[in-house]
Amino acid sequence: MGNEATIKSTGSRVDEEVERGIWPKLVYVWRLLYRDKAGMLGLAMFLIVAATAVFSPWLAPYDPLKQDLMVAKQPPAYSEKGDMSHVLGTDNLGRDMLSRIIYGSRVSLTVGFFGVLIAGSLGMIIGLISGYVGGRVDSFIMGGVNMILALPYLVFVVFIASILGRSLLNVILIFGFTNIPIFARITRGEVLRLRESGFVESALSIGATRTRILFSHILPNLLGPLITIATFEMSGMIFYEAGLGFLGLSVPPSTPSWGNMLATGRQYLTIYPWIATFPGLAIVFTGLGMNLFGDWLRDVLDPRLRRTKR
Amino acid sequence: MQRYILSRLIQSFIMLVGVLFIVFFMLQLTGDPVALMVSRSASPEQIEELREELGFNRPVLVQFADFVGNAVKGDFGMSLRHNQPAMELILERMPATVELASIALLFAMVIGIPLGLLGGANPGSIWDMLARGAGLIGQTIPNFWLALILIMIFAVNLGWFPSFGRETYQFMGLALPTKSVILPAFALGLFTMGQLVRFTRSAVLEIKNEDFVRTAYSKGLADRRVYIKHILRNAAIPLISILGVQFGYLLSGSIYIETIFSWPGLGNLLAESIGNRDFALVQAIAFFTSLVVVSLNLTADIAYGMADPRIRYGE
Repeated sequence: MGNEATIKSTGSRVDEEVERGIWPKLVYVWRLLYRDKAGMLGLAMFLIVAATAVFSPWLAPYDPLKQDLMVAKQPPAYSEKGDMSHVLGTDNLGRDMLSRIIYGSRVSLTVGFFGVLIAGSLGMIIGLISGYVGGRVDSFIMGGVNMILALPYLVFVVFIASILGRSLLNVILIFGFTNIPIFARITRGEVLRLRESGFVESALSIGATRTRILFSHILPNLLGPLITIATFEMSGMIFYEAGLGFLGLSVPPSTPSWGNMLATGRQYLTIYPWIATFPGLAIVFTGLGMNLFGDWLRDVLDPRLRRTKR
Repeated sequence: MQRYILSRLIQSFIMLVGVLFIVFFMLQLTGDPVALMVSRSASPEQIEELREELGFNRPVLVQFADFVGNAVKGDFGMSLRHNQPAMELILERMPATVELASIALLFAMVIGIPLGLLGGANPGSIWDMLARGAGLIGQTIPNFWLALILIMIFAVNLGWFPSFGRETYQFMGLALPTKSVILPAFALGLFTMGQLVRFTRSAVLEIKNEDFVRTAYSKGLADRRVYIKHILRNAAIPLISILGVQFGYLLSGSIYIETIFSWPGLGNLLAESIGNRDFALVQAIAFFTSLVVVSLNLTADIAYGMADPRIRYGE
């Protein structure tokens, strides 16, 4: 009882010692999140986009591919000539803008999610090897990583995309593989830092094996920084996917995606401006959510940054 | 210092060899580079003819040696579409891209650095809110969409700026920028502006707590003087390398913006040559932009090393 009282009197409510087990940890994270309104807003925005992608068929008022030339180029509901049948208007072929934006979230999130999954897992493995083995292996791997990171990213992504051709799988693979170096570099840096830390040293001194140290001390501590980077990388991939779509290098033109919609919108920019406006807003909304959430994650998971924040 | 420069030079050289390797083998990725270059209606005989003409029937390693040998001389072959040496085309387009990227960087610096400084100096103030907002906006608004919106508002509705193309003002043999560069440069520079705000702000926040700043204050120096002489000067050193990287990003990342504004630069040439399946030109552009970016990074690193002795001895 007395113990509890001292905790209450010294630390803030949130910084109490975290108990073991997944549930108390989640509660702890939730309290931290609750304190930061921007982070919460970011998470909410991201969840909205994710839910939209999952429940597209139920949310979309129309079939995103259905063309109806009778209502083509109908302005959004807020304009004089528009009405509520197509809230965000229709495109040049009379397809419902809102439904296409809703379905477009699927492409963006699929590319972002699987791209990060590939880049993150391979990058983590490479970074672990580099940081844990060290020596020549490390300088060789890091030489390659730094080389790729110094290349003009967009030029190469566009180059590869133009060679491989338009398909969802190709886009995922392009982003998955070109982002490995970022995850590898972060992982390696963290491994080096953790290897020198007190708790790894004490584990070594009580005779823990290398495997045990790797799996129960280093890996769990890697997750935080990697998840943070993953948020930013995912929003980056969503941007780049839309950009590729804009150049006509992403998913096939028949697939509703935000980038493809922007490409169409560009052709009709001066006469039917809404075709380009709304998909762009969807990208900004998603990016804003992920960045707010990512900023919060970084501040929470990295106490060194928490200090400088204010 | 010489050792530091030498080691960075060697690194850059190795990188460029790596780039040549990547650029060459990328075309082999699909198995048959010639099939990528011809139109779908080409007959097998025509494909064979082109294969022979371009030397793709030789062993891959011979081709690679040839490619590297020519590349060293600055020869990347002929553009199939323009029937002109690829390098010549690139050098023709380069000034437009340099103009666009420089103005974009200028805009990003003029807004980004002071805003970051003000935000970091007064955390929680209105300036800080502006700085954080600008940092977030720079990161979340895609430049290709921003470009479209800017055209809609400032070119179509208000008619203040041309919606596409590059006009220059000839003065004593120099092609000076005109207002046609403003919209594309703003759209291109927004991301860099956000990066500079974020970086300057957090650098100021960090440096503010250093001992030498406290010393400066205890000497009785005025706020302004401490910020300009002590804080900004220390933040400026890492800023040099950030500016180098960002300038490289602007030079190589203008594909969307140049396409949207029909800006006659390298990015536009790249998008065009991809559309035309003119891969000799694509390879040349990829190598050339890498060369520019690598040289910029090298210059920034050397400048960084000169400004901060810890860097050149730390290695």
